[in-house]
Amino acid sequence: MDLLIVFAKCLVALLIVLQVGVLLLWVERKGSALIQDRVGANRANLFGGILPFNLGIVNTLMADPLKLFTKEDIVPEGADRFLHWLAPFLALFPLFLTFAVIPFGDVLEIGGRTIDLQAVEAGPGILFVLALVSLGVYGVVLGGWASNSRYALLGGIRGSAQMISYEIAMGLALVAVVLTFGTLDLQQIVREQGKLMWGVVPAWGVFYQPLALLVFFIAGMAESKRAPFDLPEAESELIAGFFTEYSGSKQSVFMMADFVEVAIVAALVTTLFFGGWQVPWLYRDGFHLPGGLSIPLPSLLVTILGVLAFLVKLGIFCWLQILIRWTLPRLRYDQLMNLGWKRLLPIALVNVAVTAVLALLLQGWTVAS
Amino acid sequence: MDESSLALPISAVLCAVVVAVMVGASWVLGKRSPNRAKGAVFEAGNRAVGEVKSHRFPVKFYLTAILFIVFDVEVVFMYPWAVVFRRLGWFGLAEMAAFVLVLAVGLAYVWKVGALEWD
Amino acid sequence: MTAFWILATLAVLSAIVTILHRSPVYGALALVQTLLLIAAMFALLDAHLVAFLQVIVYAGAIMVLFLFVIMLLGAEDEVRLEGRSALRLGALVSAVALAFELATVVVAKRVDGSALPASFGSTEALAERLFSRWALPFELTSLLLMVAVVGAVVLARRKA
Repeated sequence: MDLLIVFAKCLVALLIVLQVGVLLLWVERKGSALIQDRVGANRANLFGGILPFNLGIVNTLMADPLKLFTKEDIVPEGADRFLHWLAPFLALFPLFLTFAVIPFGDVLEIGGRTIDLQAVEAGPGILFVLALVSLGVYGVVLGGWASNSRYALLGGIRGSAQMISYEIAMGLALVAVVLTFGTLDLQQIVREQGKLMWGVVPAWGVFYQPLALLVFFIAGMAESKRAPFDLPEAESELIAGFFTEYSGSKQSVFMMADFVEVAIVAALVTTLFFGGWQVPWLYRDGFHLPGGLSIPLPSLLVTILGVLAFLVKLGIFCWLQILIRWTLPRLRYDQLMNLGWKRLLPIALVNVAVTAVLALLLQGWTVAS
Repeated sequence: MDESSLALPISAVLCAVVVAVMVGASWVLGKRSPNRAKGAVFEAGNRAVGEVKSHRFPVKFYLTAILFIVFDVEVVFMYPWAVVFRRLGWFGLAEMAAFVLVLAVGLAYVWKVGALEWD
Repeated sequence: MTAFWILATLAVLSAIVTILHRSPVYGALALVQTLLLIAAMFALLDAHLVAFLQVIVYAGAIMVLFLFVIMLLGAEDEVRLEGRSALRLGALVSAVALAFELATVVVAKRVDGSALPASFGSTEALAERLFSRWALPFELTSLLLMVAVVGAVVLARRKA
């Protein structure tokens, strides 16, 4: 029975990633249309016109993926077939797996059991995330190599150089978060953010580590090679950079990796800095508002509210990334590397130092005991 | 056998299967009709010339990778320190400060020498 | 225990592919797989922190460097060494000696793992030891890393 529960949680985590990834594609198309003051995709319909109006969502969610999956899978001449298949697999697989450690709810109390809503209850959750991010580089560099094309290879190496440069800033930003909460466990960090500062404000990470949030968010966007950091993909210059020579479903896998990474950055920001599934002043038995007012709620409702809160926050940060993408111009490669090594890295280091000193000076300041 | 320790392998297998199916989808569903034009790599209308592999690439990428390794190790050492930080107190802070300082000197050298420049 | 045998067999097979495959890129990828399997074995032995360190640093950073270098150098597929029988003899002798040593260790030593404390290998336990008893080697490591950085920069810029 326990095995079934574990399996169910893993499945739920995977389904959340899949749904969010696919939905983001639609949000991106319609959102970019909104920002650019146009209508966006709205031509497709079902079965030749069953619906009374055309829906962009049909186009994006059904027509596009179906089309991509049924296109011919072209492997360029002279390219290694196995590596050509392996690269998109390695690009997407670690990203899907990352979601397994993101806690999407508190506990579900069903039939006398208390089920923690986190698929893989990993003690060192942050290290797990960092490890998977490290492995994400292989998809890019192999994608470039396996295409037997100079441009793709250049795109691949540049892309992976960019990714590893920002991985360090990401890692350092999270060190400060770990210093604040005293644990590597993601579910534990979310629980700690349920505590109140001065009895009123929930102890969310953003109040303790605003600088780390900034560094992490920027580094996360650079890591996922999204604009304004999308030079390796440089749509108008290198065509599609390291995945130029991919067609059909392999291409869609690379594109989906882009959106899943948006979701992951959003999920991590939510979990570490904005309380994850925490709803302010909501505890397992109901609301306990600072004025003294208490609203008791059934535990199932509390759990559902938590999951909803998580999804809403996830949505907000995904939308923020999409907004930034369609607003800022692209950074030149040297500007990009400068930002990673000469600005974010020193800032993150200083942040860690200041956090550490403050944590020792003000014994009661940080959340952890 | 602790069931919850199976969570990671189960997740890994699930994700692997889903991704593999996605990658393989168009090989299964799409048509297969190779011809020379489709198999040629993209070069804006020109035919690609020369071996890809013998192209000379700048050494900057190698430097970036080395710097990445060193600082990745540094970051990785900082995590266990951050976890037991409070128990170690000021002595722990001094230890890590010494560690980071030495590496910061290294970073400063690399910066000054111009190895971080990317023209 | 079955988990260990599965992982160990796969790891040995990956290692064999690393050595024998003619393409260096495949060899590097097989090495990555070997490292990941070893990390899994560390996790099996309750050394969770070390397992993650292995993935983050070794499989995630060092092997990326390997791949960069292989792709930058345009390494060709391996060519068999012709002749040079002295080298082959030397290699064979060393391999046999190593195998013999490993066999001796495996057969002779039986480690009793029952007396380990419950928090063995956990991040906290390892961290506390590292920063108290092993503080000096830790500081020396930073020196080593800095030397590596400076050395790499000097070597790389010498071409110009």
